[in-house]
Amino acid sequence: MFGKGVLKGLGVTMKHWLYTYVDDIRKIPSRYAGGRDILKQMPDEEGIFTIQYPEEKRVIPERYRFTPMLLYDAATGKDLCTACGICTKVCPTQCIWIVRDKDEKGKPISRPAEFYIDASLCMNCGLCSEFCPFGAIKPNHDFERAVYDRHQDMIYDKQALLVPLEYHAAIHPTEYAEEEAAKAAKAQAKARRAQSRRRRGSAADRKPGEDGAD
Amino acid sequence: MSEMSAQETLPYHEAVPGAVLERLENGSLIVAADKLLQLGTYLRDHEGYDLLSSVTGVDYLGYKGRDASNRFEVVYHLYSTKRGGGPLVLKVRMPESNPELPSVVSVWPGAELQEREIWDLYGIRFTGHPNLRRILLWEGFNGHPMRKDWHEAYYEEEHKPFRSRHPNGHHVLAEDRAPWHDNVFYPEGWDPEIWQEPIVQYRLPTDPSLGTTGDLPTERIVVNFGPQHPSTHGVFRMIVTLEGETIVGLEPEVGYLHRNHEKIGERNTYLMNMPFTDRLDYLCSMSNNLGYALAVEKLIGAEVPERAEYLRIIMVELTRIINHLLAIGFLLNDLGAFFTPVLYAFEERELILDLFEEAAGSRMMCNYMRFGGVAHDVSEDWLERCRYLVNERLPRRVDELERLLTENEIVVARCKGVGYLSPEDAIALSVTGPLLRASGVQYDIRKAEPYSIYDRFDFEIPVYHGCDVYDRYRVRVAEIRQSIRILQQALKDIPPGEIQSGKKQHLLRVPPGEVYSRIEAPKGELGFYIVSDGSPNPFRYHIRAPSFVNLTALGPMSVGYKVADAIINLGSIDIVLGETDR
Amino acid sequence: MDEDRSIEYRQGQIPQELQHNVVITSVDYIYNLIRKTSLWPMMFGLACCAIEMICTAAGRYDLARFGMEVMRPSPRQSDLMIVSGTVTKKMLPQIVRIYNQMAEPRYVIAMGACAISGGPFKDGYNVVSGIDKYIPVDVYVPGCPPTPEALLHGVLKLREKIAKQSITQVSWYRKGSQDAIPVPVLGPDIFDPRRVPEIRKRTLAPRPDDDGSEATEGAQTVEDQSEA
Repeated sequence: MFGKGVLKGLGVTMKHWLYTYVDDIRKIPSRYAGGRDILKQMPDEEGIFTIQYPEEKRVIPERYRFTPMLLYDAATGKDLCTACGICTKVCPTQCIWIVRDKDEKGKPISRPAEFYIDASLCMNCGLCSEFCPFGAIKPNHDFERAVYDRHQDMIYDKQALLVPLEYHAAIHPTEYAEEEAAKAAKAQAKARRAQSRRRRGSAADRKPGEDGAD
Repeated sequence: MSEMSAQETLPYHEAVPGAVLERLENGSLIVAADKLLQLGTYLRDHEGYDLLSSVTGVDYLGYKGRDASNRFEVVYHLYSTKRGGGPLVLKVRMPESNPELPSVVSVWPGAELQEREIWDLYGIRFTGHPNLRRILLWEGFNGHPMRKDWHEAYYEEEHKPFRSRHPNGHHVLAEDRAPWHDNVFYPEGWDPEIWQEPIVQYRLPTDPSLGTTGDLPTERIVVNFGPQHPSTHGVFRMIVTLEGETIVGLEPEVGYLHRNHEKIGERNTYLMNMPFTDRLDYLCSMSNNLGYALAVEKLIGAEVPERAEYLRIIMVELTRIINHLLAIGFLLNDLGAFFTPVLYAFEERELILDLFEEAAGSRMMCNYMRFGGVAHDVSEDWLERCRYLVNERLPRRVDELERLLTENEIVVARCKGVGYLSPEDAIALSVTGPLLRASGVQYDIRKAEPYSIYDRFDFEIPVYHGCDVYDRYRVRVAEIRQSIRILQQALKDIPPGEIQSGKKQHLLRVPPGEVYSRIEAPKGELGFYIVSDGSPNPFRYHIRAPSFVNLTALGPMSVGYKVADAIINLGSIDIVLGETDR
Repeated sequence: MDEDRSIEYRQGQIPQELQHNVVITSVDYIYNLIRKTSLWPMMFGLACCAIEMICTAAGRYDLARFGMEVMRPSPRQSDLMIVSGTVTKKMLPQIVRIYNQMAEPRYVIAMGACAISGGPFKDGYNVVSGIDKYIPVDVYVPGCPPTPEALLHGVLKLREKIAKQSITQVSWYRKGSQDAIPVPVLGPDIFDPRRVPEIRKRTLAPRPDDDGSEATEGAQTVEDQSEA
């Protein structure tokens, strides 16, 4: 019969339309009761739900990448960044600028004096954080960065980039736990090594110069 | 005497004497320019090399062992659709002054757009080319930008990373460095007041009998579609010659999204190019990642751990599903079924993108693969959700899509018999991907020249013989089903273990050499041609983009149909401009 | 507050004592409310960001909630141009022309790093470093590409901006506001007709004493355009 295919197709669209109500009815009193985890599509959910953006926000996955941020330790007030410059070398758009700090004598020290990220160039690739040996630069989750003026507001300096370590721990919980575990393991290994060396050192005569290697 | 015998041992000496000048260590053949056509015809007709996959130029300025006498090179990669297997590589070398060689369009018509691109970017002239004018840039542009001695306005250094970023990196805008304080350069002595844009000669059809209907006196008109047109899938332009409502000639005009991927790629280090490949075919960033990773891995000889291989396959096949769903959706958009099929496609896409976002960190620009592995591992929970999607939801939704469209009389009436492309033409025009398989040629690189671990999976290559838009739609649906099948197997077998072999490095040392590596991307053959000179930056970085080459077929397959069919023909090719123009 | 897009608004301001006039502010409020809740974006995609723009219009984010569901393919019927993607020199004349065809009041969102400044492709020889060099941009949405939520945030920012405009100061009721932006021309490189005198001054000037920047310019291979 001519038109059968069209009718079948209309049936599909009809079903889609009806199913939106079926899902609503199933979840009486409200679909939003008890919050909702949008990332997990439940097996009994047919369609896809509209996120009512500014009122409700999506659960952002941990690895989500936006423009980077710099971490500092709120307890000590020190930057994690050592101005080694690996992020500037790995950045595909070359949007990171670092000025290494100097002490009073003019000798370079491992701390950034200035740190710029040009957000109008950044391609959110996440390579900087992937290759940072100190875990000092991490992709931020804050995507609400729309501005009216690009020349003033889109070049982030160090002040704008710095966030406390706690913020990182909050938005990247798994990663932070892994980092902490790795750090603890490293410290433990170091302590054990030092201990064994001390033991060996006392047992055998060692040249005093070798101690400096610790 | 010894010279004589050395000549005779060269391949194809019997058939075309003196065509092959030299056989290089890696098996590629240096061909004399004047014998190129003769050799090409022989290879096509007698050796079965019917598919000219990639043509590209290389500028060897400053490369070790090359001088002005052989500065330019054009490289041809030939494949056989019947035998499958690896390529035959032909190279023609040319001197610095007035580089010129015969065009192979008469042998393999699929070279047309690629040769124009080489003329545009390298200034290598192809004699006998039917339509040799600039393609990505505009007529009148100053110079040929891919030449090594051509510098863009924002030129800072030959290679990244730039020294100005560290340790004394005070932020400077590129505008402040450039001579004109903008991304432009005007040659000396040029006067904008008297400047006139050069007149572009489009190729008009010469056959007067085409499209005429009886004795009704009609006049031909030229209609311009795009570049801002809702049905051109981005910024694409077609110049269509019409006789009444019938198309008698169609010429694609691209380059509106030419963002200099290759020039930037040659300044980048190997790793930096990875996120740039995401932006080629921006619907399928994962397959671009894979293609590039495989090419570089071939150069450095890296091993990939088991789990990473499986993860790669999972990601790439999910990408194929996304791409085909969207291709079908947009094809229906072009047919007039405005937005409903696209919305259905986007629903499933969002679910897959959620998985990508969780695994890789970004919805579209995944930047997921690394040389010798992948960037991040996925959790068991992720796999479980992926299994649900692949085992239950997606098959159900594909069935539903088919119920919606396959038998729909309007779809059938609009698509059946439209855009006929015979198998012979398809191969000659270097068409690959679903387009080729809808023309009845069973050619899929996953089977013809297996890469990664595709040889372990049980799947079929869907082929239809209708050669029209309808079968291109059906091939895509069938491919989604096959992808689901591969995914089901991959998700069942994925082993635990490492995801990265060796240590991740940001500055990769690559041994000198060259590689052409291709994968079956959702749109067709995606090839990466990389020449390394041993430095951390690729010397030549070329992308053989499937949608660019497939566009060659748009003209031939639209002629003779109605003007409304040109739009669905374009929709059935499924182009993405990021890849077409690079 | 420099929320308005140019100095033009400030010229011919109404007298100080009338500025907080009840009538004008209420009219402003209603006028802005109507405008900001029915912004019609143009169906105009350039590159990667266009896909995210379509996502924003599709099921999950649903632009219709902001009164923006009608994406018009014609510039004549749209109020908002979302420049979504890399602007190339080859495409620029068309974009400026499309912008000129839009009726006032019109707004522009530069979506993504490429539209803002050229982004990752800024170095490219065919890439325009920022659409705001040619047409006025109201809101910049960073990201590469911005996620649909980020674009929606940009839209909300734009609505905030519209809400602050005053009928007495907006440019489109003033003389000369309908003047079209001159369409850039593709020469050896793209040029803005407004910059012609400046360009001539440099290209036609007798060769200046060779400094560093001139030397790098001289190194470029300048091919003749005999092909044309």
